Amino acid sequence: MSGPGIHRLWAVVVKEFIQMRRDRMTFGMMIGIPLIQLLLFGFAINSNPKNLPTAVVLGDSGPPVATLLQGMKNSGYFAISGRLDEPSAREALALGSVQFVLTIPPDFTRSFLRGDRPQILLEADATDPAATGNAVSAIQTLVSGVWDRDLTGPLAGLAGTPGPADLVIHSKFNPEAITQYNIVPGLMGVVLTMTMVMITALAITRERERGTMENLLSMPVRPLEVMVGKIIPYILVGYIQVALILAAAAAVFGVPMIGSVALLLAASFLFIAANLAVGVTFSSVARNQLQAMQMSFFFFLPSLLLSGFMFPFRGMPVWAQYLGEVFPLTHFLRIIRGILLKGNGIYPTLVELGPITLFLAVALAVGVGLYRQTLD
Amino acid sequence: MNPAIDVRGVTKSFDGRVVVDHVSLRVAQGEIYGFLGPNGSGKTTFIRMLCGLLNADGGEGTCLGFDFLTGSREIKNQVGYMTQRFSFYEDMTVRENLDFVARVYGLADRTETVARVMREHGLAERHGQLAGGLSGGWKQRLALAACMLHGPKLLLLDEPTAGVDPKARRDFWESIHRLAADGLTVLITTHYMDEAERCHRIGYLSYGRLLTTGTVGEVIAGSGLHTWSAAGPDLQGVVARLTGKPGVEQLVPFGTTLHVSGIDPDKLEAAIRPERRPGTEWQKIPSSLEDVFIHLMESSRDNFA
Repeated sequence: MSGPGIHRLWAVVVKEFIQMRRDRMTFGMMIGIPLIQLLLFGFAINSNPKNLPTAVVLGDSGPPVATLLQGMKNSGYFAISGRLDEPSAREALALGSVQFVLTIPPDFTRSFLRGDRPQILLEADATDPAATGNAVSAIQTLVSGVWDRDLTGPLAGLAGTPGPADLVIHSKFNPEAITQYNIVPGLMGVVLTMTMVMITALAITRERERGTMENLLSMPVRPLEVMVGKIIPYILVGYIQVALILAAAAAVFGVPMIGSVALLLAASFLFIAANLAVGVTFSSVARNQLQAMQMSFFFFLPSLLLSGFMFPFRGMPVWAQYLGEVFPLTHFLRIIRGILLKGNGIYPTLVELGPITLFLAVALAVGVGLYRQTLD
Repeated sequence: MNPAIDVRGVTKSFDGRVVVDHVSLRVAQGEIYGFLGPNGSGKTTFIRMLCGLLNADGGEGTCLGFDFLTGSREIKNQVGYMTQRFSFYEDMTVRENLDFVARVYGLADRTETVARVMREHGLAERHGQLAGGLSGGWKQRLALAACMLHGPKLLLLDEPTAGVDPKARRDFWESIHRLAADGLTVLITTHYMDEAERCHRIGYLSYGRLLTTGTVGEVIAGSGLHTWSAAGPDLQGVVARLTGKPGVEQLVPFGTTLHVSGIDPDKLEAAIRPERRPGTEWQKIPSSLEDVFIHLMESSRDNFA
């Protein structure tokens, strides 16, 4: 019995390969997931975001302003999206529809030519310091040299340091560029996504794998009752996680909480429900717990990487941004960062809750549809 | 009195394969009906259709007075279904499992009912044990107790005694007979012949078709099978020589004896005449249920092959 064990080892290896081949879905996922991820993330992820949407509030539009705007466009970091008045520029910044607001004061050109070094104000949505950092350095370089070619003759004296204009940068919402302020609220969304999807995906698959589903279905309890009954305890678990993370964010990381925590808790409900619905759908499709785990992961990774949690959302190519808009986490990140860091109220929150609600409705419909089919 | 189960032409196919083929069944109230047949013969599928777990493709009739095609909700409320595989929660205790079932059925006096059922099934002392830690016999008791909680009128038991020791099996059947005496109808599937003989009536299902039904005596008589028993040395030689002979349809060794069966008594006798040699004792015996079932199994066409 204690002879060379290589044939026994081989027997196990052969058996594993047979079983691997038989479970087509798992096998497909082992090959397909890395491939999709490689292509998806390889092309989508970019930690040096360019073409950041920028609104301009122009009090003056003389030749030096035109030169500056052209220079900003040419740098590749700014996409000038249009002229706004001051209040709507503020709102656009709060909603996150623009990353920067550039304000040129009235009489800029005259002060510029007089050599008064007029101020240019660049307000940046700095909730994610990584998203704005490179663009801010680019504009700083720009302001010190963009007019050099025009400053000839009598204006030559304006060139050189300290430059003909004074750039003032307001990093709004996270002025000290503390990464934790951005990451910790984001983590709440990430943790909720991971646990909620995985737990429900496993909860119903386990029931089927252990054979208890048959018993459950032979009793007069309806499919929807089973599904909702399984979800409710985890909504509670989700809220415990929310409470823990919020407490830690405040006590340990000192994350500011400018907006209403009650609003955040209310918005979290839809987000948690959307993730649970995904889990239920997975558990209806998966034939075993391993598959359920793989599906959860397949959902979790792009949520993490394409939502703007790990890498700046605006750094991704447009197609990847559209894909990112699908995931509830993308919108929840905007909600929680908006409420905690920007002090956003109900309206900007509702704007982001819309896509989450749509996602929830679709996921639930698919989940219930698939669940019924498996009865017969 | 209306029969508890009265269905006709029940049919079900999966992916084009007919698994239950026009089965008609009538079971009176208070009757213990045994469902026999080889593995894969459609017994479980038939039971699942009766309790609404699967939708039948065709057929008509009633179960407990409700249309079995449309009344599955009402039927579920009055049926106790015990699955082939233990399907309660192994990480919950005996009492927690029973409590769960009682809540699902919305029993008004839950605590009292659970306590009573645990007493009746001898589970009271084990109420705090995890179901997963129970032995096969106790798991089966728990499953039966859970099926009985809501006071069903019909019990559907799918191989309830598979893998259970003889003592536990005997206790189980005593419970079943006691319950049937109180008016409960029981439909039970089994592979054990001794259990089939404990049923009031039996039916034999093969490849989706109900081949025969009746009391044990009726089924044996209806088979028209004649059997001789041989005892002596060299029974293997007898088997070798008789195999394939006209009139001999079945040769089954039973320990030290050999059963030789056939439909035509004259041909059968002619076939065994040369084997009547000194030392080997031949006897005409009534066919046993097992002889009949093996005969039915071998003569029914395998439509899955």
